[in-house]
Amino acid sequence: MSDKNSGYLDMELLRFTTAGSVDDGKSTLIGRLLYDSKAIFEDQMEAIERASERIGNEEVNLALLTDGLKAEREQGITIDVAYRYFATPKRKFIIADTPGHIQYTRNMVTGASTANVAIILVDARHGVLEQTLRHSYIASLLQIPHIIFCVNKMDLVDYSEETFEKIKNDIDGISSKLDVKDIRFVPISALNGDNVVERSEKMEWYDGPTLLHLLENIHISSDINHQDFRFPVQYVVRPQTAEFPDYRGYGGRIASGAVKVGDPITVLPSGFTSKVKTIDFFEDTLEEAFAPQSVTVTLEDEIDISRGDMLVKSDNLPQTTQDIDLMVCWFNERKVIPRGKYVIRHTSAEARCMVTNIHYKMNINTLEKNEEDKEVGMNDIAKLTLRVTKPLHIDTYNQNRITGSVILVDEGTNETVAAGMIR
Amino acid sequence: MDRYRINHLRELEAESIFVIREVAAQFERPVMLFSGGKDSIVMFHLARKAFYPAKVPFALLHIDTGHNFQETLDYRDDLMEKTGAKCLVRYVQDSIDQGKVVEEKGINASRNKLQTVTLLDALDELKCDAAMGGGRRDEEKARAKERFFSHRDEFGQWDPKNQRPELWNIFNGRKNMGEHFRVFPISNWTEMDVWQYIYMENIELPSLYFTHKREVFNRDGVWMFKAPFMQLKPGEELIEKDVRCRTIGDITCTGLTLSKADNIEDIIQEVAATRTTERGGRADDKRSESAMEDRKKEGYF
Repeated sequence: MSDKNSGYLDMELLRFTTAGSVDDGKSTLIGRLLYDSKAIFEDQMEAIERASERIGNEEVNLALLTDGLKAEREQGITIDVAYRYFATPKRKFIIADTPGHIQYTRNMVTGASTANVAIILVDARHGVLEQTLRHSYIASLLQIPHIIFCVNKMDLVDYSEETFEKIKNDIDGISSKLDVKDIRFVPISALNGDNVVERSEKMEWYDGPTLLHLLENIHISSDINHQDFRFPVQYVVRPQTAEFPDYRGYGGRIASGAVKVGDPITVLPSGFTSKVKTIDFFEDTLEEAFAPQSVTVTLEDEIDISRGDMLVKSDNLPQTTQDIDLMVCWFNERKVIPRGKYVIRHTSAEARCMVTNIHYKMNINTLEKNEEDKEVGMNDIAKLTLRVTKPLHIDTYNQNRITGSVILVDEGTNETVAAGMIR
Repeated sequence: MDRYRINHLRELEAESIFVIREVAAQFERPVMLFSGGKDSIVMFHLARKAFYPAKVPFALLHIDTGHNFQETLDYRDDLMEKTGAKCLVRYVQDSIDQGKVVEEKGINASRNKLQTVTLLDALDELKCDAAMGGGRRDEEKARAKERFFSHRDEFGQWDPKNQRPELWNIFNGRKNMGEHFRVFPISNWTEMDVWQYIYMENIELPSLYFTHKREVFNRDGVWMFKAPFMQLKPGEELIEKDVRCRTIGDITCTGLTLSKADNIEDIIQEVAATRTTERGGRADDKRSESAMEDRKKEGYF
């Protein structure tokens, strides 16, 4: 491999989400990251310059870059998650840019579900607000491993260290109530670029890294669960050709952990055991494979296995149950129906379920549990118990983001009505 | 834990293979749209990896505008022969002959928009319940809002304001009769990722992507190839240049890049240094600010 391109081939992928409204300077921050890392192209810049002029903005409105739909540009709001991409020589970044208002909680949850890092903006002038709490709660609910609080608009508080420290203390107070592993703070001015990509000369009292430096260096490879091997079978590969007459492989993406040739395997739900014969990946065979690789596994013994089954190591089994406690974020205008029936999807398995208990609704502005009001509607977060028609093989969401998550689907409309995190 | 680390291309690859397998598992009659451009070539490569050593369990579908570069068609036929895959072809010309669409007139006439009708008819005729496309979110602002599994109503339309939430890697492909899904397995890839992957995997491409001498003319700042059915405006003249395609659509809407890059490594260098977007040379996107969103709502790729 030649030198001039080999560098590109050794980058890590980091997914982050940004929650906030236009007033927080979220779009300006994203615009700044894209612009300073040269991910905005000249023709895109010209297009937003023209559009800014037409709608009468004095300065170039970087929000127009992220608001991709006609309705969003007309109304000047972000409605749906937009995905943005940029890369530095170290990492490739995927931004899930989500609207921050409470009526878009579901979009925030969607963006947060795959993120390694959450960036939460705090306006230095206003400090910790209700929405800061809400965004932090969603990040912890979705178990985003790293949260970066960007205290923005430092230019409007004279770059005051005292202001920054006070906000930091307030957030530390909140985060003790939340389950978050790694919290960082960066004082920035997205508008002027202070501590975003370049170090600020106006905040010499701050000796931490810039935002981009953090994004480039936060350690993410241990975010994945490397302990518990879970392999949901997605597709059975059977060529039935002259060359491969008896080949029977199980295609899937490793949800967590690692597996080697020869490892003793238990197949769920049947409970049959066997050993890994080969791990195939196109024309290669691997000795070992790990999350999040997509591979095809063959076993020593012929066992009846189909989509929806799970291969695990015989000495490390998930929990098998038909009764599941979980936190849900509700996505639909039609409220949760007590004893209502839904389709449930968990990894590659599908079943039906019934809501057997609504424990409480979460007030996500105050983090208080409301056990009186059990009307769970659009954007609400609540704790439920479900009874499933067949056993699912689950882990808690805290331990495993893949085998600990489910979605609920309305049987009549086929819409996705909820995201669930197993407790 | 660096033992369990994969680079960004392998992670994207694993994600795309997962999506393609989900389509094969959740739908009865999926197809994979194939244009002969680099994105659909990469997508097909990923599909082969997803099911190996079995063959890809669905057909490819090419909507031929009749205005394709011959090199693209030759490449397509070659690839099908080498891999044993099946590619169905449906022609925009047939839709025109049947009176379903009317050919655009004038100097910038293109069959790009007409393709939507041919495509929807083909999906109907083949009773397809899912069509995979090589669209990427980084290409265009309306595409940035697209889901992996994108629901289409019975008219083939996209409702961008009311998309199904898509969480983790759980895809909901349930639908009513007559509806279908568009699925975009390489949603998260950028132009650079595609080129790096082609390099890493040593994937063969149509010759158009590499520099060659060609008679071209300049229209509104974009270098274009003159096919026999196209007309020059007064003031436009044919000049021989060293050019290559950065993206391949049909001839009427594909801008050519002045370039001497004759190998993938040089192309990667060029992509890294370029200051305009890939679709900057695409006349089909320049028609209005929301040209892509409008076409997508109607059922475009």
